[in-house]
Amino acid sequence: MAYDKFVTLTSTAVPLPVENVDTDQIIPARFLKAVERKGFGDNLFRDWRYDKSNQPITDFPLNDSKYTGKILVGGKNFGSGSSREHAAWAIYDFGFRVVVSSFFADIFKGNALNNGLLPVVVTPAFLEKIFKAIESDPSTEFEVDLEKQKFTLLATGEAEEFEINPYKKHCLQNGLDDIDFLVDSKEDIEAFENK
Amino acid sequence: MEAKTLFDKIWDAHVVKQVEGGPNVLYIDRHFIHEVTSPVAFLGLKNRGLKVFRPDQTTATPDHNVPTIDQELSIKDELSRNQVDMLKSNCETHGITHHGLGSEGHGVVHIIGPEMGLTQPGMTIVCGDSHTSTHGAFGAIAFGIGTSEVEMVLASQCIMQPKPKKMRVTVDGELSKGVTSKDIALYIISQISTSGGTGHFIEYAGSAITSLSMEARMTLCNLSIECGARGGMIAPDETTFEYVKGREFAPKGEEWDKTLAYWKTLKSDDGAKFDTEYHFDAADIEPMITYGTNPGMGIGITQSIPTGSEMEGTDKTTFLKSLKYMDYQPGDTMTGKKVDYVFLGSCTNGRIEDFRAFAEFVKGKKKADDVNVWLVPGSKAVEKQILAEGLDQIFEDAGMALRQPGCSACLAMNDDKIPEGKYAVSTSNRNFEGRQGPGARTMLASPLTAAAVAVTGVITDPRELM
Repeated sequence: MAYDKFVTLTSTAVPLPVENVDTDQIIPARFLKAVERKGFGDNLFRDWRYDKSNQPITDFPLNDSKYTGKILVGGKNFGSGSSREHAAWAIYDFGFRVVVSSFFADIFKGNALNNGLLPVVVTPAFLEKIFKAIESDPSTEFEVDLEKQKFTLLATGEAEEFEINPYKKHCLQNGLDDIDFLVDSKEDIEAFENK
Repeated sequence: MEAKTLFDKIWDAHVVKQVEGGPNVLYIDRHFIHEVTSPVAFLGLKNRGLKVFRPDQTTATPDHNVPTIDQELSIKDELSRNQVDMLKSNCETHGITHHGLGSEGHGVVHIIGPEMGLTQPGMTIVCGDSHTSTHGAFGAIAFGIGTSEVEMVLASQCIMQPKPKKMRVTVDGELSKGVTSKDIALYIISQISTSGGTGHFIEYAGSAITSLSMEARMTLCNLSIECGARGGMIAPDETTFEYVKGREFAPKGEEWDKTLAYWKTLKSDDGAKFDTEYHFDAADIEPMITYGTNPGMGIGITQSIPTGSEMEGTDKTTFLKSLKYMDYQPGDTMTGKKVDYVFLGSCTNGRIEDFRAFAEFVKGKKKADDVNVWLVPGSKAVEKQILAEGLDQIFEDAGMALRQPGCSACLAMNDDKIPEGKYAVSTSNRNFEGRQGPGARTMLASPLTAAAVAVTGVITDPRELM
């Protein structure tokens, strides 16, 4: 699936200081019935964003107009649970390009990387700082530099480097996906089958 | 020669090539698909003008969305019907075997694979569903993938994966009466947390594990993902070979002998290195129940909910948020709490042994008046066996009715939703907020505990009624 190339992003961030945000919260199963990849952003965090009568819950960060930006900051173990790629699609479709946490669940992380959504792992201490910075000033900006693999809190200049597999980094920077690579590897795959 | 783990042996035998500075191109032997995570993958193939590379290595069945009553009729929910129909038409277009609703081979994807002998030791197995870890019970590398990866497997029979770390969880000793493999799993998750296994693939070992039946092993491996591990596996042994032998897709004749000789080599060598190791004593495990909103929030059924007094920061906020959702108080005792629904089924506990255990327990007893009991077989084959053994009569005598196969209330994509605010004791795998329906409150437990609750209407230690 094609997605935008990722270079450097400077943006404010939306805080979600909850641990173990599971994929059933990110996108509840009842919204997985589409057969095309569109519109999932509407139901992102559906049951945390809307009450029983479908009214927005105003103090939920995604509904709070003081929080904006393309960066979502979550508590540790973000994206646990099901393998539904719809979770990554919903976050991307809502407008986020980066998710920051001190710890991601494996499948979510892989799904995010396959969809142009950059998971940034920071230390628990830095994550706390990020939450506090946004809490005290929601217009706080952050810079995500993929080339340098660096996440910076611009107001203070505090920064951390983050890890990313060099191959996935190349894919993100160039908007490439694995399928082209695999289809080009057919000869190797057939040779493997005949071994 | 370097001592290798079981995981290494299978993984290394499936690496087509290593991408420079990147993941392995891993060959996939068996691919299962269902209606929810495959349509976008097929659409991707279409947009790229690609065909399915090895259609005979993919097997399909609709399970997540399907109704569990009146399956003979057209599915009422239009979106569900559309997904189920689309799976069928995509399979027809690409020559993939499809076990449609109502057919003999229909069922929850992780239940029919082993039943048909499609799941075998030494294989790499994937499916767009995190509970694909179930198949690891056979000594296979089996794990859940996203839809982009489903498309990769359809297009090339490969996916690109970094090699995970290895963990061994050893459980030695004998399980006490009333303790099942579900309890072992919930106990392990409660000890190492829902993220304790992240980045790892687990091998389960020890005398408490090797003494489990194949079905009990599947329950344990199924729940590996709930501690964050990509998958869990158990070295194949006589129990495994005995289960696989003679099944539809199992090797036959000379091929069986040859394959069996290979399967017998599938175990971790003495001295093989694991990145992380845990040891538990089976005697410490009692029937488990969860009290919160992730599978790590589990306790022995006689214990109390933690007080949380030692927690701080987001840990405490998350703990209190969870209890608020459940409407429980820190320090509460679980036994005696009111329950509205009981669900037996899912890829975790929807196999024949689960129904036998439940039936044996409720035989001669009556369902508590204000409890709704949903008994959902994991497959048509399980349903057929239930009828053949007369278990349906036992259920009927106890005032409970059998439904038809599907994922059902495990994730409430069909009509089987627990109403808002109601409490369900569920043999499934996740107690996340809203997992069984918006506002539903889930407590995970074994089929035995579920049976005890079904007859008392409150959280009950099954050992008291055995």
